[in-house]
Amino acid sequence: MALSSDEADRFAALLEENRDELVSAWTAGVVTSLRGRLSRPELERQTAELRKGFQAALASGATDLTDDAAAELRAQLSEVSTLRARQGFTATETAVSVYALKDVVLAVLDRGEESAATLRNYVAFASFVDQAALFTFDSYVRVREELIADQAEQLLELSTPVVKLWEGVVAVPLVGTLDSARAQVVMERLLQTLVDTGSPYAIIDITGVPAVDTQVALHILKTVVAARLMGADCIISGIRPQIAQTIVALGIEFGDIATKASLADALRYVLNRTGQYKRQVR
Amino acid sequence: MERVPVLKIGDILLVSIQIDMEDQVALQLQEDLADRIVSTGCHGVIIDISALDIVDSFVGRTLATIASISRVLDAETVVVGMRPAVAITLVELGLSMPGIRTALNVELGMELLAREREIDIFGLGGEGFGDADEGETEKPVVPAS
Amino acid sequence: MTQPSDRIEVSSDQDVVRVRQLVRTAAVAVKLSLVDQTKLVTAASELARNTLVYGGGGSVEVSRADNGRRQGIRIVFADQGPGIADLDLAFTDGYTSGGGLGLGLSGARRLVDEFIIDTAVGQGTTITVTKWCR
Repeated sequence: MALSSDEADRFAALLEENRDELVSAWTAGVVTSLRGRLSRPELERQTAELRKGFQAALASGATDLTDDAAAELRAQLSEVSTLRARQGFTATETAVSVYALKDVVLAVLDRGEESAATLRNYVAFASFVDQAALFTFDSYVRVREELIADQAEQLLELSTPVVKLWEGVVAVPLVGTLDSARAQVVMERLLQTLVDTGSPYAIIDITGVPAVDTQVALHILKTVVAARLMGADCIISGIRPQIAQTIVALGIEFGDIATKASLADALRYVLNRTGQYKRQVR
Repeated sequence: MERVPVLKIGDILLVSIQIDMEDQVALQLQEDLADRIVSTGCHGVIIDISALDIVDSFVGRTLATIASISRVLDAETVVVGMRPAVAITLVELGLSMPGIRTALNVELGMELLAREREIDIFGLGGEGFGDADEGETEKPVVPAS
Repeated sequence: MTQPSDRIEVSSDQDVVRVRQLVRTAAVAVKLSLVDQTKLVTAASELARNTLVYGGGGSVEVSRADNGRRQGIRIVFADQGPGIADLDLAFTDGYTSGGGLGLGLSGARRLVDEFIIDTAVGQGTTITVTKWCR
């Protein structure tokens, strides 16, 4: 049930006239649920900002949270969610902070005359606050997902080191199950490392990979072709019998890409090639 | 219309593509290179594409054509500095650029040319480097005996 | 709510370059990854050139796309040229090896997520491509 514009004005006025009382009652209502993890002055500051936000939105004629007039309020709610998400509060704790506004406003209304009209007004207002709380919840979830994505990326960085084995030779020891997304990221990093280190040879060691499916095999293939386009060569080492069988069964052609049983074999192979090169130069 | 500059370094022509080339500019480069190879008698061409953030089929074909024309004129071409994102895109596009040698950077490109052609990188003349008398190749300084 | 869009008339080589720059800017703004940006700009270059060379000139329109879950970029290439008579040939990979046959549309298609082509002989060609953020 949306607010009528009269109701919006009425509540804007109510929020303004009872400013201090509302902020302190609202803060009191929320502080226990946050169990002391947020200081009272800080919480009071946030609550006062929110009160102002609600008041301004309603005064500018917002009857629905998606209205342009409520843009500032939405921005504030996002900010609170982001803060709480980063500080480790739960989604509920964050949303409850917004819901609490309903109770404190009800307390103010209770002192005035009781009527069916007042009840209707309150229900409309409550619905507006509910929208705001849901919006806060959504923002919170989004921020947490971004945090998790960041951490996943950092984990990926840590778990796929690119090692310089020799002059002009880098190695990428892949460990663990590779899914399509991870394989893609690893391969992009490999190509970038080739450029950064000026290494014409890369050894991709898959000893630590228990299983390879078509997608992953294709990613590896594409990476080798891309490396060649750039002027570098890849050798694949550590192919275990089961994986060799899978590759053949899937009909994947590795063509003229060198494959060696172990990292040591691959290194020996590369050194031989570059050794020969050295002999030809005057 | 802009023109891509061609630099002569010893027995090698170095081209560094720094701009987003219009098709006509790429074609002009093809012509200019052919002219310079003949007028200088150089045996190596290095095309540095490290500043290019995309290589589409037109540029790809132009590079392939440059390599072919150079080969007919007795010069080897190496394309250097291709960016990873570009390489990945070319693989997806299905553009293989056959007949083009590539290297990660100018230095490796020069080493490749030296290996492949016994090219006199620094224009010092001497045994085994053939054809050193045409065009602008520098002659070694011979101390008076 | 329709998204605002940028439109370029393509009638010369220079315009193809401008299309590349416009698409790059849009791709960066919507935060496509570097590889995805590169793929999209490359596809746009191919298709814009087709519009110029085979379509006798036309227009390219770039806008943001939003399917509720993800953001992306949508590009429409339109010309009033002869239209494509043989779509199968147009999608042949032949031209990418320098053969000059076909329009290499299959290559461009692999670089984007959605590819819609609307063409008929004598009625011009409109190609709409979309690339989504991951």
